[in-house]
Amino acid sequence: MSADLAPADEAGIAEAIAAAAAAREPLAIEGRGTKRALLRPVQAARTLSARNLTGITLYRPTELVISARAGTPLDEIEAALAEKGQALAPEPPDTRALFGVAEGATIGGVVATNLSGPRRISAGAIRDHLLGIRFVNGAGEVIHSGGRVLKNVTGLDLCKLLAGSHGTLGVLTEVTLKVLPAPEASASIGVRVADVATGVKALSAGLGSPYGVSGAALIPAFCGPDGPANHVAFLRLEDFSDSVAYRSGRLAEDLARFGDVRVLEDGESRDLWGSIRDAGPLGAAPEEAIWRISVRPSAGPGVVAAMAQAGARCLLDWGGGLVWIAGAATASRHAAVMDVATSAGGTFTLFRAPEPLRAAVAVLPEEPPALAVIGARVKAALDPAGVLNPGRMRAG
Amino acid sequence: MIALPEPRPEILARRAEIIAALGKIVPGEGMIGEELRLKPYETDGLTAYRQVPLAVVLPTSTEQVAAVMRYCHENGIRVVPRGAGTSLSGGALPLADAVVIGLMRMNRILEIDFEDRLAVVEAGVTNLGITKAVEGEGFFYAPDPSSQLACMIGGNVNMNSGGAHCLKYGVTANNMLGLKFVTPQGEIVELGGGHLDAAGYDWLGLLTGSEGQLGIVTEVTVRILRAAEGARAMLAAFKGTEIAGAAVDAIIGSGIIPVALEFMDRPCIHACEAFAHAGYPLDAEAMLIIEVEGSVAEQDALLERIKQICQRFDPISLKVAQTAEESIAIWKGRKGAFGAVGRISPDYLCMDGTIPTGELPFVLKRIGEMSTQYGLQVANVFHAGDGNLHPLIMFDANDPESFRKAENFGADILKLCVEVGGCLTGEHGVGVEKRDLMTAQFAPHELDQQRAIKSAFDPAWLLNPHKVFPLRDAA
Repeated sequence: MSADLAPADEAGIAEAIAAAAAAREPLAIEGRGTKRALLRPVQAARTLSARNLTGITLYRPTELVISARAGTPLDEIEAALAEKGQALAPEPPDTRALFGVAEGATIGGVVATNLSGPRRISAGAIRDHLLGIRFVNGAGEVIHSGGRVLKNVTGLDLCKLLAGSHGTLGVLTEVTLKVLPAPEASASIGVRVADVATGVKALSAGLGSPYGVSGAALIPAFCGPDGPANHVAFLRLEDFSDSVAYRSGRLAEDLARFGDVRVLEDGESRDLWGSIRDAGPLGAAPEEAIWRISVRPSAGPGVVAAMAQAGARCLLDWGGGLVWIAGAATASRHAAVMDVATSAGGTFTLFRAPEPLRAAVAVLPEEPPALAVIGARVKAALDPAGVLNPGRMRAG
Repeated sequence: MIALPEPRPEILARRAEIIAALGKIVPGEGMIGEELRLKPYETDGLTAYRQVPLAVVLPTSTEQVAAVMRYCHENGIRVVPRGAGTSLSGGALPLADAVVIGLMRMNRILEIDFEDRLAVVEAGVTNLGITKAVEGEGFFYAPDPSSQLACMIGGNVNMNSGGAHCLKYGVTANNMLGLKFVTPQGEIVELGGGHLDAAGYDWLGLLTGSEGQLGIVTEVTVRILRAAEGARAMLAAFKGTEIAGAAVDAIIGSGIIPVALEFMDRPCIHACEAFAHAGYPLDAEAMLIIEVEGSVAEQDALLERIKQICQRFDPISLKVAQTAEESIAIWKGRKGAFGAVGRISPDYLCMDGTIPTGELPFVLKRIGEMSTQYGLQVANVFHAGDGNLHPLIMFDANDPESFRKAENFGADILKLCVEVGGCLTGEHGVGVEKRDLMTAQFAPHELDQQRAIKSAFDPAWLLNPHKVFPLRDAA
């Protein structure tokens, strides 16, 4: 699918949507289309892309805030921040390898999918750092919500509603994000554990320590760096280097009761978390499907066991609460994931799969009926003609 | 004064019948219909506005809340939810024809899970009550609004409350995992749970800070965090507000995120010192309280870095607490700031705008000019890390003209906040207080968009219809 419509500015986006709404002609909404294989395929004759709305519009390092037009490449934003020693704290995954695309994501796409990396557990998700947005609703009106300040409770928080709405409620044209200092140093404690349950207990112990753990993942035996026999729990510390040195010593001591401990110094630690962020250790083959299940951390080991029985492999992040799963792209495997997520009291996303599977199954859990009714009315309030990304999140 | 919608005579006429019906749903002391017992519910922390409600119910379960909501929905009766009634924006202000649903009897802690670092609590549990329940294990609940002893988590969710430590730990929205709410139609809906980032639309995020417009929150799942090894504060006083502002920029610019970074202007320093005798320098134009966390050695290292940065700005005084007790002494004045201003002037309006931090010197200069112009004193407390400004405008409640001037002064400050790129409210909410200022921040079609989302939840506009959105028929 090519980007049929790629206006140069916000007014162009508004015009295109107004015209589509008048003609009741659905639009597929995207930035650079790098996550097209996420969720359900959209049935639309034309695509509307925000890729040409580019450029950082405001960056105030001392106010910890950056604004950019939605089509600005994430790479460009990360580079600008790095120049001032800052970063997007939720460390959004680089999904190029997972989706097999060459181009990097846009900042609008990152916000619209609300995808967050390992630091989600300590620093919050993309939506937690989203201070303000401008977007065009399904009627072609330009709406702003939030602003450029860190604290704001003025009116309904449409930033939260639009983040993670996958272009179904509005097309983002500009986003404002909170940024934070990039940590001076990184170190990780690797704990070799006998089983997944012990590993998650080690992660919980680290996250329940006073040392400010900023990453807590478990790489099960099949893809572990220490060979096939060992599960390894990894805990990350980030701060000024003297703090990191002190805390990693203390944490390594505390965690020795769970298994053999080793400390990964700065460069090795950074590489490890870059790989975990992008689900690298999962080693998903191109033809395999990928799911993400989010549960209470203590439910993580049960999910891993159940998925192993169903013939799928797992990688745990977020203290054990985020389970990345790779397995055969079949409806029965998908049904197994749904069952496991639901019985563990959590949620699931079919993250990547060939189009026929994505079109045939529920890629996200159904909502309870009372909420679904409200949801349909909210969708209609923002997109009365139903032209924005129909069917992207749920069928119908 | 802000207009309230006309009470509907047909509802007022059915008062006895409505009270009888509600008494069947919430029997005994949970049903309040007598004039004298309704009186305490006529106002909240914004005492300038008062209105005795039609009736008050104090349910003890989500099911009772749902039954009350169903009854009110079927009978077209307006509803106003209430927690502890500490709102400073009139968030709990009743209407003459509305039933107040008070959540204060729903005050049970349902679950604490240290391994998964969460607590499930009913809406009427106090903010501090959560921390008290988990601090034995070294944990705490992060948002800490200054009313935390009294204010309830249900109200915190609805106002997306912050506190002094949100630069590092975020506001309520950043510390929640799930909630249970009752829709205006009386249906019970659960959002999220023990896990992060529920798939689908972020209903949790939309409900948070929605000021009781979309539903009644009855249960909340919050994240609890392990406290750092320790914390210590320092005080830095400067000759000018611009200089103090530049010092704040330099601290943040150096890559340090203090756990708290509070700014007080001269009138505030004087008021607090007279009240608390905290040893604040009276010759300073501006003062910062800066707090860091970690082990003693980490605290020392960070405070030393900050001290060195402050020294570049010709400080009048720099005082680093050597012990936890000295830290408490430094905080004592700031924590008593509202009480201290209350001693100078029994009546004051506490405003709550947010500004880009770089605009602080300009905004304070303008507020000083307005103070002269209105002939009313003002003291400013500012969460310097996150831009949240709390001007305390002093007036005389016995003089209607003085109150009118104070309201106008406050409105002018908030409009100024919007002009410089900030917003009307950082943590107190719009309520009734700032309702009619919403047009300063949003275009008519943007307000209509928000109203349409409210309508999606509450098509009949029975829930808190007099707040947040300017009345349409009043214009």
